[in-house]
Amino acid sequence: MEASNQKKKLQGYVGFANLPNQVHRKSIKRGFTFTLMVVGEAGIGKSTLINTLFETKIFPIKEETVVDAQTGVEITSMGAEIQEGGVKLRLTVVDTPGFGNSINNEENWKPILENIESRFDAFLGQENRVIKNKITDNRIDALIYFIKPTGHSLRAIDIEFMKRLHTKVNLIPVIPKSDTLTQDELTGFKSRVMADINYHQIQIFKPNWDPLDDAETVADCKDMLAKIPFAVIGSDKSYENDSGKTVRGRKYPWGLIEVDNESHNDFVKLRRMLICTHMNELKDATDTVLYENHRSQKLFTMGHVQDNTVFREYNPAAYLEEERRLHDLKMQKMEAEMNAVFQQKVQEKETKLKQSEEELYARHKEMKVNLEKQRIELEEKKKKLMSTNRPVTPIDKKQKRGLFSL
Amino acid sequence: MSKQQSVKLTDYVGFDTIAAQIGKKIFKKGLNFNIMLVGESGSGKTTLVNTIFSKNFLESSGRKQAAEKSRKTTEILITTSVLTESNAKVRLTVIDTPGFGEQINNENCWVPLVKYIKDQHVAYLENEIKPERERVIPDTRVHVCLYFLNSGYRGLRQIDIEVLKRLCEVVNVVPVLSKADTLTVDEKMKVKEKVREAIELHRINIYPQPNPQDDQAEIELNNKVKKVMPFAVVGSNLTYEEDGEIIKGRKNPWGIINIENKDHCDFVLMRDFLLRTHLIDLVEVTSYKYYESFRTEQLQHIRDMRGAQPAQTTQQAQQTQQAQQVQPTQPTQQAQSANPFSIAIPAQQAKSPSFTKPSVQSSRKYISNALSK
Repeated sequence: MEASNQKKKLQGYVGFANLPNQVHRKSIKRGFTFTLMVVGEAGIGKSTLINTLFETKIFPIKEETVVDAQTGVEITSMGAEIQEGGVKLRLTVVDTPGFGNSINNEENWKPILENIESRFDAFLGQENRVIKNKITDNRIDALIYFIKPTGHSLRAIDIEFMKRLHTKVNLIPVIPKSDTLTQDELTGFKSRVMADINYHQIQIFKPNWDPLDDAETVADCKDMLAKIPFAVIGSDKSYENDSGKTVRGRKYPWGLIEVDNESHNDFVKLRRMLICTHMNELKDATDTVLYENHRSQKLFTMGHVQDNTVFREYNPAAYLEEERRLHDLKMQKMEAEMNAVFQQKVQEKETKLKQSEEELYARHKEMKVNLEKQRIELEEKKKKLMSTNRPVTPIDKKQKRGLFSL
Repeated sequence: MSKQQSVKLTDYVGFDTIAAQIGKKIFKKGLNFNIMLVGESGSGKTTLVNTIFSKNFLESSGRKQAAEKSRKTTEILITTSVLTESNAKVRLTVIDTPGFGEQINNENCWVPLVKYIKDQHVAYLENEIKPERERVIPDTRVHVCLYFLNSGYRGLRQIDIEVLKRLCEVVNVVPVLSKADTLTVDEKMKVKEKVREAIELHRINIYPQPNPQDDQAEIELNNKVKKVMPFAVVGSNLTYEEDGEIIKGRKNPWGIINIENKDHCDFVLMRDFLLRTHLIDLVEVTSYKYYESFRTEQLQHIRDMRGAQPAQTTQQAQQTQQAQQVQPTQPTQQAQSANPFSIAIPAQQAKSPSFTKPSVQSSRKYISNALSK
């Protein structure tokens, strides 16, 4: 018998309104993890941005030119445990030095995709253990892809990379060093980048909202959506701006660009989306959508077959009928194909036979002609032989004399 | 034996007007200036050229539409314009290279560039050794190649090193750090330092090269320029008003960049370098360094193909070695004594580390002599 889902009204205090608090306390005790991957060519601002986002020096800024050392993409990861307001976050940032740095960058996406999938596989392995211990979650929750701010549109390497990885990870494209572009250039560039992304049907992470959310959250999300891809700058240096406040930014002879100023760049929006509002959603999407897709694919290839008898709703008779119908169709198709092949073969054989017939006829004719010739030759020879045997007639003699007289 | 003596004139004779006379002749002949722009899409090549000449006469060749496919190879795009300023006329040819460095696999992306440069040398040489040739040979040889570096990167990338090495063998190369408005003063110094180090490390011969014929002033100027290289530039043809002045620059919410301000970027230095001080030098160096070495190679090749015997070639080589230090007229006699079927090479063009500038007249007479045999 199915349980009835009726809405009942409480008549007194029960106490389960405290559930969220229990969950909250437990999750704080457990702590949170977040794994972020950064991909972009050397010198584009990956380390600076991460250090700026988390207000801590996770990456040392690389000074040396890495030209001679690099061929191919490496995967390195840095971990840090940071704490804010009693909440512990175990942050792991995975770097991909070498991406886009060689002359030939084909297959630069491969090691990255393999790394992401191996993390999924590791998780799958842990899930399938007979005795499950504490599962460590190393899966990549978000991948920040750094787009070079050329001002034109996406480069071939950008499109290729995003197409290869958008179904395996939450893609967040970001435009670093946005101080290269003026406001007009930036709007044009962003629209062309989004046009490219839509044209190639690349799925990027978009903040969505629940229709039941309050108006402020919805407006916030819509704002963020409008600014994607985010154009940001990063800085760990602070200066005093015009109004006397000390802010993080980059100081130029012509002015000071502030990291946290929303009219200068989209850094605040990026941080809000990535950390404040949608961090959990990123983790969720990784767990429920991306990981599950990978898992099903993996299990299919491993030979597991979907066992439909587990589903109560489906009807075994109908299923068998369906199967039989499909099978019949297949048989018919095969029959038709075999017929067609047979016809084709017959025709070929016919044409071949005709050809050989013609050849034979031609040869036969030739032989006949040859024979005829030979026969005539033989006749002549016979005549000659016969003529030399006879004595010379007087007529010949006369003729001969005729030749020499006069 | 002719005697050479230096005489100091006491009265004013008036042949110091040579400069003006030469100037007039050159402009009547028409000066051709050919610039090649090499850099990834979006490095700011088109904007920079438009800024140098203060006129938007070039159009960007970047991919603007999503449905447009990106280029599969480096293309060559030529735009020729005749620029007039007071009484000077220059035929400016800008050679753009869309598709350079844009693909995922950029191996051999420099091949179309080097091929184009060499083709121009070939065309000039063909025109030059024609028995009946024009009074003024159209000069399509590339005089300078502006190589645009990624201002974000710390130094030179692999592709930069490969391409620069190959380009420096055939053309004057001037490296440029475009979009320098993304670098703070400290970063700018660091990046320039890194680039200069890498250039020295890989022995890339960028322009200007030291020339033993330079006088003190020229040497000083070249040293000054070398200290600033690579030029960190910003390009823009938009004007804004700041403090009552009209300035050319880029406007951002945090400030306005003034292109002509030496503290903001090196644009003025680069423009003066290219147009006001080193323009003729670029043309000359192309002619007597890159073109001459190409020519030597080609004519030597022709001579080898015509079958000069090995003994005679060594004898000739010895003769040309001796003749190296001598006046231009002497090699003609020696050539006449050589194998009549070979085009002997003028002594000055034998490979020597010092780049002596032979007079154009003597080599012309020489070739016509050689060919008329």
